[in-house]
Amino acid sequence: MAKLRQCAIYGKGGIGKSTTTQNLVAALAESGKKVMIVGCDPKADSTRLILHSKAQTTVMHLAAEAGSVEDLELEDVLSVGFGGIKCVESGGPEPGVGCAGRGVITAINFLEEEGAYDEDLDFVFYDVLGDVVCGGFAMPIRENKAQEIYIVCSGEMMAMYAANNIAKGIVKYANSGSVRLAGLICNSRNTDREDELIMALASRLGTTMIHFVPRDNAVQHAEIRRMTMVEYDPKHKQSDEYRQLANKIVNNTNFVIPTPIEMEELEELLMEFGIMEAEDESIVGQTAAELAA
Amino acid sequence: MTTLSREETDALIAEVLEVYPEKAQKDRAKHLATNDQTVEQSKKCITSNRKSLPGVMTIRGCAYAGSKGVVWGPIKDMIHISHGPVGCGQYSRAGRRNYYVGTTGVDTFGTMNFTSDFQEKDIVFGGDKKLAKLIEEVEQLFPLHKGISVQSECPIGLIGDDIESVSKKAAAAIDKPVVPVRCEGFRGVSQSLGHHIANDAIRDWVLDKRDGAAFESTPYDVAIIGDYNIGGDAWATRILLEEMGLRVVAQWSGDGTIAEMMNTPKVKLNLLHCYRSMNYISRHMEEKYGIPYLEYNFFGPTKIIESLRKIAAFFDDSVKEKTEAVIARYKPMMDEIIAKYKPRLEGKKVMLYVGGLRPRHVIGAYEDLGMEVIGTGYEFGHNDDYDRTIKEMGDATLLYDDVTGFELEEFVKRLKPDMVGSGIKEKYIFQKMGIPLRQMHSWDYSGPYHGYDGFAIFARDMDIALSNPTFKNLTPPWKKVAAEEVKKAA
Repeated sequence: MAKLRQCAIYGKGGIGKSTTTQNLVAALAESGKKVMIVGCDPKADSTRLILHSKAQTTVMHLAAEAGSVEDLELEDVLSVGFGGIKCVESGGPEPGVGCAGRGVITAINFLEEEGAYDEDLDFVFYDVLGDVVCGGFAMPIRENKAQEIYIVCSGEMMAMYAANNIAKGIVKYANSGSVRLAGLICNSRNTDREDELIMALASRLGTTMIHFVPRDNAVQHAEIRRMTMVEYDPKHKQSDEYRQLANKIVNNTNFVIPTPIEMEELEELLMEFGIMEAEDESIVGQTAAELAA
Repeated sequence: MTTLSREETDALIAEVLEVYPEKAQKDRAKHLATNDQTVEQSKKCITSNRKSLPGVMTIRGCAYAGSKGVVWGPIKDMIHISHGPVGCGQYSRAGRRNYYVGTTGVDTFGTMNFTSDFQEKDIVFGGDKKLAKLIEEVEQLFPLHKGISVQSECPIGLIGDDIESVSKKAAAAIDKPVVPVRCEGFRGVSQSLGHHIANDAIRDWVLDKRDGAAFESTPYDVAIIGDYNIGGDAWATRILLEEMGLRVVAQWSGDGTIAEMMNTPKVKLNLLHCYRSMNYISRHMEEKYGIPYLEYNFFGPTKIIESLRKIAAFFDDSVKEKTEAVIARYKPMMDEIIAKYKPRLEGKKVMLYVGGLRPRHVIGAYEDLGMEVIGTGYEFGHNDDYDRTIKEMGDATLLYDDVTGFELEEFVKRLKPDMVGSGIKEKYIFQKMGIPLRQMHSWDYSGPYHGYDGFAIFARDMDIALSNPTFKNLTPPWKKVAAEEVKKAA
């Protein structure tokens, strides 16, 4: 029995983390791997494609109903979906109240204490809210949790900023623990020379672009049916893309402490690829009226 | 033990600081000073109201302690909700001896603990619904309460619970004031910010609620501000004011009610005892309502007489006459106390380390008994407190701000005072060193110490501590022989 590998997926909000994670996990399951997904986002949309459900009932909601998290049993919160994939959502409050970060901490502690990470599992994937806004959302990368981090990004400026910032967060925990950056997953937005750009960024960060997932509307068609590609249309070429990604992750051994770059270096890179124009210092702080004059 | 010279005191400070690492030494040096009565502004000699250093022992509290424990807690007909996990409220419950008259649990609630008892789910999903429910239940179970304050514990600020909107809604529903107080413990450097936040909450949610309402005024209306009625202090104060011909409309906040607070903007003069915790609301009433405030001191006959005359000067001759009569009437009683205790206490030296007003206010009372305060300091004072302290303390005496456990111990070892006046955290350390200690926060479960009545008790208590034969018997019998032999050899 191979050692359990724990992976966390980070990336800018809306980049397609949950979709990518679920499609990738479905492909892993198809190849016979035992996988668990832990959704770490109060929106609880990390498992819907696996379970064909709107949103899984979350650990925190069940805990609130039962009184406290100690009143829950593992089977209350674990659902099994496509390919035997185990699914858990940490859950959290509606926007604007409470503390979603604490929800993630509580839920993950619960899973550990209840022995959710059993011996049979090959992989655990944490699908984490877009920005690591507080300690709670860094929970999956702390000691004894995820050791491999994959960052989903695209060739857009903000997605790359976010990837670099996440790399900074990983450095903090990498120095004190065993968490490592395992690669960038480019979820294509069809921008120019996107693959080259992400490869360039990956090499600056000291890692690789593990896979380039092309854009395909079939993914949306599957999503509408609350399904992953390999389940919805296993013969589709996009399903093969996810299988390739899954395969690369299975064979990945390139785990590094990232070397995040300075803002200027990132901007230079973006300028090199024509995503950003050179800044004209003379116009900084000038109003429209002043510029017209 | 003779009093140290200026040079000797400076040298003592330098010596005590020596053990610190350089950075800590530099920081702590600013908080320790040799008193110089010629200095007009304390900022020239001492720094205060700064963050305590990690690693030293400070006895400061937090903003929640300042708001719930000091300012709001004593308002007896309100229910003060400790909003957050159970500990903050439960372990401070009835911890301050704010005496009050009333039937606890029926019309007064001073010694009870009300808490929203946060659990994980309340942190994650927010505590607003629980708070609303709690207020509803409070209203059902304790219908005679006159209002509610919501005292925020740390998590409330961290998770951003909207206690203001819950309070507004609840206030409308129960038709009583519900006051949200943002006194999360992590705010500020000590309990001092909690006092300020609490004052501001009173200003914003309570003080103006009866503006324009009918009020049968008299020219002699005053309010006692900043007396928490520790062991009955405010009562001993009130008696004197009433004997002067004044009408005490409100007590802030010892044995006080929310109605009194709302009526306070109608008074002619605010009498401010604890400047540190309630100067904010006093200044506000001066600015908004044109009510002057006067700082007074009711510890010991000298300061009492001074204060009574200062207060009387605000009023007409009838008050002045009555005041002189009060002074004359109590004089024999005071003379008798001083005649009894001064011979036993004369020349004894005291070091103080207390909170808001006592590090300076009790100096006069000790002096009335022939004692001398040779060192004093504030836990959470600001420089305006030290401005007021410099003149009260003798030249070349020691001032220490937010003193650390180590520093205070060293100072006491070197200055060898006859007694220390401080709190429960210091009490047993110094008593085991063989120095009597009186708690000057809680009056050591005695009191009152304010007013003429209080002075009688104060004098007796100091005598009890100083004349206690225990301290002559610190060496156990089986070690006495050895100790005497050492003495002989030396």
